[in-house]
Amino acid sequence: MTSSRWSQLRSRLPGSTSGEIGGEKFAEPLKRNMPLIPADTIAGRALVTVIAIMTFLAAISAGAGVLVNDASRGWMDLVSREMTIQVKPRAGRDIEADVAAAANVARATTGVSSVRVFSKGDSEKLLEPWLGTGLDLGELPIPRLIVFERDANRAVDISALRDELLRKSPSASLDDHTLWMERLASMARTLVFIVIVIFLLVLTAMGLAVAFATRGAMAGTSEIVNVLHFVGAEDSFIAAQFKQHFLRLGLRGGAIGGGAAMLVFGLSATLAAWRAHTPAGDQIEALFGTFSLGLLGYAVIGAIAVGIAVLTGLVSRSIVFRHLRGLS
Amino acid sequence: MVRFENVGLRYGMGAEVLRDISFQIEPRSFQFLTGPSGAGKTTLLRLVLLSLKPTRGFIKLFGREASTLDKDAVTALRRRIGVVFQDFRLLDHLTTYENVALPLRVQGRDEASYRSEVVELLRWVGLGERMHVLPPVLSGGEKQRAAIARALIVRPELLLADEPTGNVDPTLARRLLRLFVELHKTGTAVVIATHDLTLMEQFDGARRLVLGEGHLHIYD
Repeated sequence: MTSSRWSQLRSRLPGSTSGEIGGEKFAEPLKRNMPLIPADTIAGRALVTVIAIMTFLAAISAGAGVLVNDASRGWMDLVSREMTIQVKPRAGRDIEADVAAAANVARATTGVSSVRVFSKGDSEKLLEPWLGTGLDLGELPIPRLIVFERDANRAVDISALRDELLRKSPSASLDDHTLWMERLASMARTLVFIVIVIFLLVLTAMGLAVAFATRGAMAGTSEIVNVLHFVGAEDSFIAAQFKQHFLRLGLRGGAIGGGAAMLVFGLSATLAAWRAHTPAGDQIEALFGTFSLGLLGYAVIGAIAVGIAVLTGLVSRSIVFRHLRGLS
Repeated sequence: MVRFENVGLRYGMGAEVLRDISFQIEPRSFQFLTGPSGAGKTTLLRLVLLSLKPTRGFIKLFGREASTLDKDAVTALRRRIGVVFQDFRLLDHLTTYENVALPLRVQGRDEASYRSEVVELLRWVGLGERMHVLPPVLSGGEKQRAAIARALIVRPELLLADEPTGNVDPTLARRLLRLFVELHKTGTAVVIATHDLTLMEQFDGARRLVLGEGHLHIYD
């Protein structure tokens, strides 16, 4: 039946000339191809909220992981660049001569960029926080320290340095901070592992929340699904409509949650910069770095937001297909 | 077109609500399906539409046996059937135009290819000025006509209408019947489920399928 036949039929119907049927005005543009699944429903808003919160938590945990990883690298870099030679007073040996010999060994070693010798006064000052001031420590056998920095581009042969020290200054011992670095590395690995576990838990919780929210949203749209079936829609068409719907909700939730997380890290970095060079600020910076995520960190958060939206679309598509199979 | 042989239906372990139903619907035929409320008229229409499976018997639709059809085949057959539901089943978030165009849209057709046809059909059913309106704003009669237009837009070979005049006044009921009669004249087989005797008296040429106590009686 063509449109002209509709017109012919119309002329044969009662009321067609009275104005009760017909008399059309088409000033208003037609709304076309609106989403078949209504976007702004209570279930839809709830799902956006759930996704936004989960994205925020996932992004915060991932960002924290990046920060901890960066900070631990900074600590290790700092600690591993420095080494300490300790010269202990021994009966029958001139400690000043031993210190000078050890300093010379350090200076002569390939890969050492600078050497700082702590004088007797300097060494005594190091004890002040524990022993207090105003004490005469001159009679105490206080060890002397020599701190040297390694050249970043050249390796130091630790074993050869130890042998040389033993030969020229037997009362000196070398501390290359291996124990510290091992502890730091272990702590950093543990922290990153915890953050990854939290991130995976958040992702799992989000997957479950999305699944339940999708089921809830499906229940609210069962009438639409029925109508679409009756007017001849295939399951793949209906599933595609729901996938688009949930992908849109996922993108909206992901953008809100990811944006909020980026804002939190941005504000933290700004606050850290404001508080820099204050005692508390320096302490925090020493522990956690500058709170600056860097481009990579923000890219990770963006990827999480998009990934969560895609995950939402895929989870919901699978649930919708299962639901449609159940209807048959 | 449609053939039922000894079809029976029960819900769960209950008694059969339809028993030994046998009838045929021929192409270009017109029939009223009638009976008291609760007799099973809507259930019988749902069996024709293959949205219910019979517990026994044989159903053939457009030459194909229903029990052998997969989901895609059922969908393909449904595209040859227009349905007007008693409660309209319009989607409230879509305009009248979009509701009527829905059967074409789900077939993946480009909107531009059917726009003029939908607009013309809306004029035909007297909703030319209401095509931008959402269903909650439409009157009962307008919703009914929108539901009818949605059923007709695919130019169905078979039209199933469940109490299409149940929510309208007698004058509009007569107009709607006239609409179905005109459609029938263009070659569509029509089944109207109704318990409105006055409506049936207005079209004497129609076959009557009467449901009562689970059985179907046919009056040609």
